Amino acid sequence: MVLPLQGVVVLEFSQYLSGPSAGLRLADLGARVIKIERPEGGDPSRKLAIKNLWIGDDALNFHTINRNKESFTANLKDKDDFELVKKLIQKADVITHNFRPGVMERMGLSYEDVKKINEKIIYAEITGYGKEGPWSMKPGQDLLIQSISGLTYTTGNSDDDPMPFGLSVIDSICGIHAVQGILAALISRQKTGKGAYVELSLLESAIALQFELFTTWFLDNNSVKRSKVSNGNPLLGAPYGIYETKDGYIALAMMNIQTLRRALECAELDQFHQGDVFQKRDEIKAIIRDVLKHHTTDHWLSLLHKHHLWAAEVKDWKQLSQHEGYKVLGMEQEIRLQDHSIITTRCPIRIDGEKLYVNKPAPALGKDTEKIKNELA
Amino acid sequence: MKLLQDIVVIDFSQFLSGPSASLCLSDFGAEVIKIEKPGTGDICRELYVSDVVVDGESSIFHAINRNKKSYAADLKNPKDAEKIRKLIAAADVVIHNFRPGVMERLGFGYEAVKKINPSVIYAAVSGFGETGEWKHLPGQDLLLQALSGITWLNNSSHAAPTPMGVSVIDIFSGAHLVQGILSLLYRRGITGEGGLVQVSMLESALDFQFEALTCFYNDGNALPQRSAINSGHAYVAAPYGIYKTKDGYIALAMADILLLAELTGCEKLKAYKDKREWFAKRDEIKALLRERLLENTTSYWLSIFEPKDIWCSRVLNYEELTQEEGYKALNMEIVVQTSNGLSIKTIRSPIKINGKVLSGSKGAPALGEHNALIEAQYKLNQNISEVQTVSDE
Repeated sequence: MVLPLQGVVVLEFSQYLSGPSAGLRLADLGARVIKIERPEGGDPSRKLAIKNLWIGDDALNFHTINRNKESFTANLKDKDDFELVKKLIQKADVITHNFRPGVMERMGLSYEDVKKINEKIIYAEITGYGKEGPWSMKPGQDLLIQSISGLTYTTGNSDDDPMPFGLSVIDSICGIHAVQGILAALISRQKTGKGAYVELSLLESAIALQFELFTTWFLDNNSVKRSKVSNGNPLLGAPYGIYETKDGYIALAMMNIQTLRRALECAELDQFHQGDVFQKRDEIKAIIRDVLKHHTTDHWLSLLHKHHLWAAEVKDWKQLSQHEGYKVLGMEQEIRLQDHSIITTRCPIRIDGEKLYVNKPAPALGKDTEKIKNELA
Repeated sequence: MKLLQDIVVIDFSQFLSGPSASLCLSDFGAEVIKIEKPGTGDICRELYVSDVVVDGESSIFHAINRNKKSYAADLKNPKDAEKIRKLIAAADVVIHNFRPGVMERLGFGYEAVKKINPSVIYAAVSGFGETGEWKHLPGQDLLLQALSGITWLNNSSHAAPTPMGVSVIDIFSGAHLVQGILSLLYRRGITGEGGLVQVSMLESALDFQFEALTCFYNDGNALPQRSAINSGHAYVAAPYGIYKTKDGYIALAMADILLLAELTGCEKLKAYKDKREWFAKRDEIKALLRERLLENTTSYWLSIFEPKDIWCSRVLNYEELTQEEGYKALNMEIVVQTSNGLSIKTIRSPIKINGKVLSGSKGAPALGEHNALIEAQYKLNQNISEVQTVSDE
């Protein structure tokens, strides 16, 4: 199979996660992604270990985000290096960066500057909060954007403090939006011959992620509230949420309340109609919580499934990764380095029925500088 | 010219995963035609997914389906199926999110569609993939969060597994589908050939956790340990999390604990000189910070932290956020109009192209609103009547 983005060259001036996760996806889909890094240290995420896990000199997490890329070191303040980067830009299709507003401008690499070097370039720029407005110079960090965007009031119960998502969800969704913009611009360029300027911000992506909640909130300011018991999603009525059982936890999605009453054989639910699932959400959920405690997850699942209700066991990664339903996906891939090998996930998108595996590791800092210089000579 | 001008998308999908993908394509300028079951349509129109109803349909349906067209057709009716085949012949992209086997039984599996239109991009979202013992389980967001381990990443260590309060797996799988579709449209521009994109919600849920899962795979399958206090991220050191202040909350991302000790005047924090302890002893450190930050207001702490470039933020709800200049400057709100004359305020695409936001003013369609228009535009009745004449003879 020909990978869809074969032949596309991407210059990644981005660091950390948002921009590099976009580069990772473009690489998975067949593009050649070259990280442009400072000679001293490069992408700071090389040194940003999570859980103190390292592979050689670089954080394991850097390897996770930057597999299948090349590294070209350049001091953009040095005239010779800058000329080389200009030459690279002439050959590139896409540029990504996620510096704060003004940084690329000061280096002479704003979209306007780059367009003069290569007018067909697709230039994707990620900021924290947009380039205008009073917040534009604030640090664009995932937890901070979660906090300012209202997202932390969607998770946990109503008596809890605001609660963040335990993953860098904003960096990830913004990187995904960047890929969408870049690819749409590449398609358009095939027809028009013209490049494009693609702008994103973490905050706009965070708000767009909550578009269902915002739209509902605009219609009724009282409608988006976390429930007191087993909150699953502020928009949804009882029983939506996760409940403790005698030996674990069970998730109940949206379902008819009287069917649930029959499945659980719970007479206390007799008094409720489907129309009550929002207005009496906490009352209903408290009854369900007290009932589910008394038996095991398997016991409840078999009753719920008998009634075709949407329910599932809550699993951790160990339980998940031992299950056939997980193994059949083949989501794990091994990436070999000189002295190590790393297991990581593959691209989640299957093309023409094939899973996309790669074995090229993340580059050491400047690994491809000489090779690329020769190509440019 | 819009980026996806002249691209025609036939969308059989319902709920959120597939429809959020076609919403994105529509924002880029594609024409999106929803194929819906006569009488009921996309289940999201009436499914009890929110307590707020507009014109008899859920608020959420309106958010997800703005700027699309609706063509009502019964896929089990041979005449309707024939019209859909004609529509597919004119399409660039076909999307569905039925459970595995359903489209094949209806005669609209990839192989059948490819025969009608060899250059089509066929895109399918499933819950758990097309094989394996989970393939027939319902692909529902909360259930996927529960099964994929995500719920063990949120909340503090004493708490039950906690789901993320947004349909994040639906949204990620829809967004991944868009990436696949666009990459194949790009390839088609070079090779002329169509292709197949498949995404499952479980694969998307795993990709979403790729950083943390890679730690799990390479660290002897150690499960995530949520912090006991103000947990923000199971894999990140103190002070990462949200703290209560005298009058509200403050978020602190990665920061130098010794600098925080100095800025907050917390003597006990000065003992944590070794950076490596900031992860291992994060609960002790966070407990000290929690106590200290409670003593003063959010504004006070921001005025101390921000000048020193500490990564911190206020914590806002929608009420507070939407009154901020920083929010208003983004112009995220758009108002769309349905053909019934209703105005609905919603959120635009987050992507700007050439300095312009992608936005439209058309609301979600009524069920079957565009049947006549689409039949005329794509001449769906022409051969049908001829077939009719032949069989009448």
